[in-house]
Amino acid sequence: MSAPPKDPAQAHVQLTGVTKRYGGVTALDNVDFSCELGSVHAVLGENGAGKSTLIKIMSGVVQPDEGEIRLDGRLASFSHPAAANAQGIVCIFQELSLLPDLSVADNISISDPPRRFGLIDAKAQRRRAEELLARIGCEDLNPMSRVRDLPLSRRQMVEIAKALAKNPNVLILDEATSALTAADVDTVFEILRRLRDDGISILTISHRMHEIEAIADKCSVFRNGKHIETFQQGARSEGEIVQMMIGREITAHFPPKPPPPDSAEPMLELKKYSWEDRLKSIDLTVGAGEIVGLGGLDGQGQKELLLGLFGVLKGTSGQVIVQGNEVDINSPQDAKKAGVDLALIPEDRKTEGLMLPMSIADNLTIASLKRLSRGIFVDADAMTAAIEDGIQRMQIKVGSSADAVSTLSGGNQQKVVIAKWLMTEPKIVLLNDPTRGIDVGTKQEIYRLLRSLAETGASIVYYSTDYEELIGCCDRVAVMYDGEIVRELQGDEINERNIIASALKMDEAAQ
Amino acid sequence: MNDLRVRLSQNAALLTAIVVFILFYVFYNMNHPRGFSVAVLIQNSNEVFTLAMVAMAQTVPVLMGGLDLSVGAIMTLVNTIASHLLNGSPMQIAFGMVVSLAAGAACGFVNGCIVVYGRIQPIIATLATGAIFLGLALFLRPSPGGNVDDDLSWAATNDLYEIAATYGFAQNGEAGWFQPISWIPVPLLLLVLVAVLVWLPFARSVTGRTVYAVGSGEGAAYMSGLSIDRAKIAAFTLGGFFAGIGGLYLTLQTSSGNADIPQAGAYTLNSIAAVVIGGTSLLGGVGTAIGSIFGALILRTISFNFRIFEIDPLMQPLFEGTVLLAAVSLGAFRVLRVKNTLELFR
Repeated sequence: MSAPPKDPAQAHVQLTGVTKRYGGVTALDNVDFSCELGSVHAVLGENGAGKSTLIKIMSGVVQPDEGEIRLDGRLASFSHPAAANAQGIVCIFQELSLLPDLSVADNISISDPPRRFGLIDAKAQRRRAEELLARIGCEDLNPMSRVRDLPLSRRQMVEIAKALAKNPNVLILDEATSALTAADVDTVFEILRRLRDDGISILTISHRMHEIEAIADKCSVFRNGKHIETFQQGARSEGEIVQMMIGREITAHFPPKPPPPDSAEPMLELKKYSWEDRLKSIDLTVGAGEIVGLGGLDGQGQKELLLGLFGVLKGTSGQVIVQGNEVDINSPQDAKKAGVDLALIPEDRKTEGLMLPMSIADNLTIASLKRLSRGIFVDADAMTAAIEDGIQRMQIKVGSSADAVSTLSGGNQQKVVIAKWLMTEPKIVLLNDPTRGIDVGTKQEIYRLLRSLAETGASIVYYSTDYEELIGCCDRVAVMYDGEIVRELQGDEINERNIIASALKMDEAAQ
Repeated sequence: MNDLRVRLSQNAALLTAIVVFILFYVFYNMNHPRGFSVAVLIQNSNEVFTLAMVAMAQTVPVLMGGLDLSVGAIMTLVNTIASHLLNGSPMQIAFGMVVSLAAGAACGFVNGCIVVYGRIQPIIATLATGAIFLGLALFLRPSPGGNVDDDLSWAATNDLYEIAATYGFAQNGEAGWFQPISWIPVPLLLLVLVAVLVWLPFARSVTGRTVYAVGSGEGAAYMSGLSIDRAKIAAFTLGGFFAGIGGLYLTLQTSSGNADIPQAGAYTLNSIAAVVIGGTSLLGGVGTAIGSIFGALILRTISFNFRIFEIDPLMQPLFEGTVLLAAVSLGAFRVLRVKNTLELFR
């Protein structure tokens, strides 16, 4: 499967036959992988290809189920991140690991502060922070400021300084540049090149092809948890790389799509919709009876778009037009109101979708209490009927509706979340990756349900990290990159090659 | 200059507490018939010391993101223990003091172990252990009383001159070099010593830093390879130690031991109020025990003022509650800056 390194003696970190499973999902499948000192190695792959699991194993966050890791030829195992750090493997994670209430200097030296008479030497710590910040071109940052008060891009630079403070010989960057400004990226790359020339091994995950071209010596492509190929940077064209990233077996069956209507009246229109630096002037129209998919790599603003529409984000700008009327949605309560009729199936059903200790019946009706009440009292008969109806409609397998919702399987829990929102009779349904972690059978029921909802005239905005679903389910796919919609795909254009090429923003190569 | 501004803005809550205290206290002295005198200062220091200790005790778990409902109970238990031991020969008295302080620290250690190894939320764990500690205190002192060395009691609650006079050093306090400091009230000196010799080194130790880190973000602290369990146990143990100092002092001040349950509850609640007024975030990660000392000073100064103006003491809870609410509200402004309202619930 994998190309063995040309000179195994040079391999600094070597993984052999590494497998990692999460429940029924195999995240890494018998992977051989190595990286050498003095080179920058880029790892490529679509969502769920196994890149994140790979670096989590290398940095001690998770342990492999099978296989071995060798460091300089010696067998190694890292039970936690500090153990990997002690061996010189340092990872800069996507989710920041900084402590918001501590100062920049405190954070940089958190793992091993300079000490004097057993106590932390604030002056030495500050000097160290100043040196490291100067090294990454952030002399303007005051080491005394609290991390909480810094903008995201500065925090990311502090994170890099913190990693450098550990004197790594393997530095792993998990999309560490995604929050940086262009000038910072240049500085970081300059440091990375210098570190490489000093003989450090650098492993980077990035979704920006031009950055990979600029920095990487070697590239490895992953797909479905497998290591597909490792090659010298430049040895493969972008088209070939895309080809390596796609080519998955189609496992699910999707209901047939209707022919595109001649003129669907717009149900939801967005004009110049923006929020902070995460959503940049989004224009999007969703017609009645249409399923519009949001594509792109994880974290390009898709979730923020759905949350913003549902009234969770403060300070959004631009116009939101629902059924011809401009609306102002400031809370989920606003989003539910008549005339707006929005529903959001959230990303994490355990924290945002369900009240786990409460009963199935309570969870089903919690969003529709107003509808099911007479005056200030809940109408028991209407309630019972609605619960029956919800369970029937979604074919939820329940013993008794009085059981705690936590007793259900993941798939059935997700059905409860969907049934809860369908009970509000929404006209626009937003779905935030609703099929994550549920079984194939339930997934297909959800696909059929979405299509039948669309046939009754509802509009659906569907974010999925799974390209197969976007291709199978959606009438149109808007691909997002860095807070913008970079391409809208329609009809036959909706295929894996186009979605991945747009997601990596390399359209011209894929044509 | 830039540094100074950063420091000021980061310590705004502490500075506010200090300024408020100074205003209240100067106002009090201006209206006191014997205001700005050493006698008044000694009396006030005595009234403040125990609460200041209990407030410091509360601060450490709060910084870690927990709440310790047993601080008042630990203080009371140590009070009853000390009321049995603070007598006899100097050696016996010293032994009694060490045992009392060790008992306080041991109570905190037990709290920490239950929280860490039992995986029980601090507020519930300490609610239970607090009741146990009070039970032990009642067992030791079913009714108020005790035998406390009179000399020690007198010396510890007055100024330095009385210590020297009682124990016969510095020519019984008459030595020329001793005069500039002979007026300093003992409790005030003890307060400064505890803050400087115990709290400041702790805050600068790796364990202390870890306590702040855990309160700020436990996940990130873990990922940074910090020893979280040890820091939690240390936080509760230090809290118990501070509460023990408070209990020991209370014994000297009252010359007796009293398993007073309402008093223990009042001290616990006042300690939380003092922590908040002193600028420590109840969410953890931000604040300092120095702030809590000033929180305790503010609470006590409020009651001094009530005394001087002969206001109905029944009004006092109302006023203290208002000050507490104002202090908490200042901390709530951060909510206005959150752009993703979902984050408010995480």
